[in-house]
Amino acid sequence: MSVDKQTVAKIASLARIQMDDAELERMVPELNNILSWVEQLGEVDCSGVEPMTAVIANTLRLREDAVNADPLTGGNRRDAILANAPAPEHGFFGVPKVIE
Amino acid sequence: MTNITDLGVAAIREGVADGTFTAREVAEAFNANVAAACALNAFIVTTPDKALEAADKVDADRAAGKALGSMAGVPIGMKDLFATHGVQTTAASHILEGFIPQYESTVSSNLWAAGAGMLGKLNLDQFAMGSSNETSYFGNVISPWRRAGGSNTQMSPGGSSGGSAAAVSARLAPAATGTDTGGSIRQPAAFAGITGIKPTYGRCSRWGVVAFASSLDQAGPMAHDVRDCAIMLGAMAGFDPKDSTSLDMPVPDWEAGLNSDLKGKKVGIPREYRMDGTDPEILKSWDDGIAWLRDAGAEVVDISLPHTKYALPAYYIIAPAEASSNLARYDGVRYGLRDLPEGAGLQDMYAATRADGFGDEVKRRILIGTYVLSAGFYDAYYTQAQKIRTLVAQDFDNAWEHCDVILAPTTPTASFGLGEKTDDPLAMYLNDVFAVPASLAGLPAMSVPCGVNSEGLPLGLQLIGKAFDEQGVLNAGLAIEERAQFTTKPEKWW
Repeated sequence: MSVDKQTVAKIASLARIQMDDAELERMVPELNNILSWVEQLGEVDCSGVEPMTAVIANTLRLREDAVNADPLTGGNRRDAILANAPAPEHGFFGVPKVIE
Repeated sequence: MTNITDLGVAAIREGVADGTFTAREVAEAFNANVAAACALNAFIVTTPDKALEAADKVDADRAAGKALGSMAGVPIGMKDLFATHGVQTTAASHILEGFIPQYESTVSSNLWAAGAGMLGKLNLDQFAMGSSNETSYFGNVISPWRRAGGSNTQMSPGGSSGGSAAAVSARLAPAATGTDTGGSIRQPAAFAGITGIKPTYGRCSRWGVVAFASSLDQAGPMAHDVRDCAIMLGAMAGFDPKDSTSLDMPVPDWEAGLNSDLKGKKVGIPREYRMDGTDPEILKSWDDGIAWLRDAGAEVVDISLPHTKYALPAYYIIAPAEASSNLARYDGVRYGLRDLPEGAGLQDMYAATRADGFGDEVKRRILIGTYVLSAGFYDAYYTQAQKIRTLVAQDFDNAWEHCDVILAPTTPTASFGLGEKTDDPLAMYLNDVFAVPASLAGLPAMSVPCGVNSEGLPLGLQLIGKAFDEQGVLNAGLAIEERAQFTTKPEKWW
C-alpha cells in the first residue's frame, strides 16, 4: 500500500497538522519509504496469534472510591491546572469563538 | 587530590558520607563543569541553585547525624522529559517551550528524596523521537567524543537520551536519568562510552514523564559503571499508584546483590543478531564479550530469536500509533504553545499550533501513526504489528528455557557524524535494530562499554534479561565491565 498527496493531506487533517503543498509533496516519498518497509510484516504467518495487549502481565487496580483520594491528582487545583494555559479566562481555558 | 568530577555515584556518596568532601563542594564542581561546557549543548536549562540547595540539605543532615539517602550528595542531570516542579519541561519541543510543571514526576521525586540534586534539564531528541539527538528544537547535542587523528567532525551522542549520555561522558554530571522506548538509553550509552540500563517495563513510574509510546516507555539510569546504575535504579524504581502499569512488587537491593561470578549461568547468543552489514568491529567486540562471560564462569549457548528481523518494523507501527494518540493533547488550549492566526477558528488554531510546535520527525511519526490507526488500515498494520510483538516476546520466552541472560551488541555501528544520516529516516531507524526487540518484550536490558573501535569511538555490549531479573543483567554487565577495563575518556576540546 502506498499513499499519494491527497491521502497525506487527509491524514494531516485528521492529525490536525496544517501542511502546505511543499510539505505534503515532501512527506509522500518519506511516508511511502517507511510504509513499504513495514509491509514485510505481511510475510509472517500470524494465524492463531493473539495481538499483544500487555507486555508484562499486570492487573488493573481500582482506586479507593473517594473524592481527592490522592491530593496530587485530586480536585481543587484550578490555579495549578490553569497556570500554563495560553489564554485562561475567568478560571477557564479560553478558546476562539466556536459558535457564530 | 582526586578530581571530584571524575568520581561516580558510589564514590561521591561515600566521600560525602565520610567527610572527604562536602556535598556542596561536589555540586559546585559539577556546576562549574556544566557552565564551561556550553559547546556540547547537553542542557536545555541549567539549575545550579537547585544542585546547591539539595547539597546543603545533605550537608546539614549529615551534620545533624541524620541517616543519608542512597543518592545523598550526588548531583545529577535530569532528561527534559521528566516534569520538574517550577522548572521548564519541554521534551525538547517548541510546543512545550515555556511549560512550567506544577508538579514533580514520581521518578525525579524519588531521586530527590534519596538525596540527589539537579544540575539541570538535559537536551534530547524531540519527544524522545530520534537516534542521534538531531531532532531537538534546542539544537543538536554534540558528543564529547571525536574520531581519532585530530578529526573535528561533530559526532552524534546518540538518542534520544543524547544530552544525558554527553553530560555523563564529559563529566558534567556523575549520572543522569534517561528514558528508553526503543533503545533511547542503551544506544546513546554505547555511543558515549557509558553504562545505562532500561529496567523491566513497569519498574519505574511513568507518572510525570512526557509520554511517547506508553506501552514501551521506561525510565532508567545512565552512569559511569554498573554499580552506579544499580544504586540509581534502586532510587528511581518502585510502585506508584498513579501509573496504572506500575509494578506492585518490592524493589530488590540491586547494589547489594552485585556478583560477577557467573558460574552456573547460561548466556544465550542469538544467531539472528549476526546480521549482514554489521560492522566487523562490532562483531569482534561481541566475540570479546562472549570470551569474557565464559571467563566469568558462564556457559555460552547458541539461541534463536526467529522474529528478530520483524521487531523493528513492528516497532515503527506501534510506537508512532501510540505517539499519534499521546501527542493529541498538544492543542494550544491547556498548556504550551498557541498559534492563533488572525480570524482563525478552533480547528484552524489546533492545526496551526501543531504545525508550528512540532518538528519534522515528530510530524512524520504522528502521520504514520494516524495512518496505521485509520479505518481500513488498522488490522493490516496495527493489529498485525501487535501480533508480531507477541511473537517477538514468545521468542524470548522460548530462549529462557535455554539461557539466563542474552548477550548481543547494543548498536550495529559506533557513533556517526552529525548530519551523516539525517537525509534518510529509515537508515536512522536501523540504529535501534538490536535494542528494539527487548523493548517490545518489556525486558530489562543494559549497555556496557567494551572498548573503542579503530576510529577511537566507544562500543557497547548489550545484556538482556528475563522480566524482573535486573540483577542477572547487572551481574553479567559487571562481569564484562571488570574484564573490558574500559577507562578511555573523551579528550577535552569543549
